[in-house]
Amino acid sequence: MSIKRKYIFKQAFQSLWRNKIMALASIGSITAVLIILGYILMAVLNINNIAMITKEEFDEVVVYVKDNSQESDRQEFEDKVGNMTGVMAVVFKSKEVALSEVKNEWGDESGLLDDLRRNPLPDSYIIQLEDIRYSDLVIENINNFTIVEGIKYYQDTAKSLISISNTIEKIGIIVILILLFISIFLISNTIKLTVVFRRKEVQLMQYIGATNGYVRGPFMLEGTLLGIFGALLAIVILNLTYSYSTEYMTGYFALLSGFNNFIIPFKVVFNDISIIFITIGVGIGVLGSLISLKKFLSV
Amino acid sequence: MIEFKDISKVYKKEFLAINHVNLKIDEGEFVFLVGKSGAGKTTLVKLLLKEIEPSSGKIYYHDEDITKIRRQHIAGYRRQIGFVFQDYRLIPKKNVFENVAFAMEIIGQSRKNIRREVPTVLNMVGLASKAKNYPEELSGGEMQRVAIARAVINRPKIIIADEPTGNLDPETSVEIMKIFTEINKRGTTLIMATHDRDIVNRMQKRVIELKKGSIIRDTEAGGYAHEY
Repeated sequence: MSIKRKYIFKQAFQSLWRNKIMALASIGSITAVLIILGYILMAVLNINNIAMITKEEFDEVVVYVKDNSQESDRQEFEDKVGNMTGVMAVVFKSKEVALSEVKNEWGDESGLLDDLRRNPLPDSYIIQLEDIRYSDLVIENINNFTIVEGIKYYQDTAKSLISISNTIEKIGIIVILILLFISIFLISNTIKLTVVFRRKEVQLMQYIGATNGYVRGPFMLEGTLLGIFGALLAIVILNLTYSYSTEYMTGYFALLSGFNNFIIPFKVVFNDISIIFITIGVGIGVLGSLISLKKFLSV
Repeated sequence: MIEFKDISKVYKKEFLAINHVNLKIDEGEFVFLVGKSGAGKTTLVKLLLKEIEPSSGKIYYHDEDITKIRRQHIAGYRRQIGFVFQDYRLIPKKNVFENVAFAMEIIGQSRKNIRREVPTVLNMVGLASKAKNYPEELSGGEMQRVAIARAVINRPKIIIADEPTGNLDPETSVEIMKIFTEINKRGTTLIMATHDRDIVNRMQKRVIELKKGSIIRDTEAGGYAHEY
């Protein structure tokens, strides 16, 4: 290692050690920002993922039929809807079939359903669309039929999921910006302590003709290290808490079939999250250092 | 070598620290800057070190206008100058050798050069035997000699000393001046801001006297003050 590099590393580690408390506060603030960012990211990713799956798997409209509806009305519905633009097929699903499907989904717990005195599920038509873009038109027309008790329409779910995730994104960005500001402020204060502590030495270096790299190097490295430590800590904590909480939720929602498929496991995003966190951590660190240096080192 | 052309410096609150000063210092000269506190000595030194910028006028170093030096070239310019402070500015956790070596390290000199040059310079200031001592174990005169060694180690063209004897007793001051004289004899230009009447009178070098930011006297081989 050259004298210069050795000097820069030694100075940076020394001042981190000297200002332990401030260094810990700075690392903590970076970690906090990143964990919150991480959860917002994961929430948005997961909701978008669910929305995508819903969109893909359910480009169909389920129409629940009134129990007391006439057979002729039903026939008319089948014929007319079957001829609508954008409708590929109309499939009838009786309440008995629906119940047995639910029983299958519940698996071991299906015994609970055996005690039902009467089948609470309605008959239904599943209208398969040629394309999801026809859905609004088809739904509008279906509403005119008297036999229709309700329409279950997954695109709505998808849409509202996306709008939830957009809202989370927007609020998230604001929260993150505020937190970023706080961490940059904290870091610049940590670096300020070092700058003030070493002011005379630094001034001396500048008089002797040390290059900017030599003078600023240790401070920049100090900020960078704070950022890296904060990021690493955040990755570890996020990994543990996210994995634990999704496991817990999977247990909690065990009845919901396929809940597991909707949740993005942490290992899938580990690389991306690591890169994002370290980049942001280092960014905060460097920015904090620069602010301090600009303020307090102008010989 | 150095030329101040119509230099003025106004600090905030409209305090005129330097008032239209014209000044020329040739290579190899030994120059005292004298005057009361607040006369503008330190401002002049700071201008020369490019620590502050003049409000108007130009400062030339070897025909180059240093007020126009780019930021990244300031370090290079300052390497032409060795600076000696009144309060020595030694780094307490470094010993004598390391304090002097520090000046070479930060301009990127090799270890080999450092091991060769530092003992030579310490020898010149008479501190070869104290290379391993720490600043707290040294007297004021010795600390100032370390500071001088540090200022000359990179062979600057100019040495600027701001009240280098300000904290020293008369006898020690004389020793320090002997070292400065020796350095000057080797061709280094020496500029020294001082209050030390005895030293100035004894040396009989060029004296520039400042008062309220203006040069009121510039004598070739003079004393501290002509009237009082």
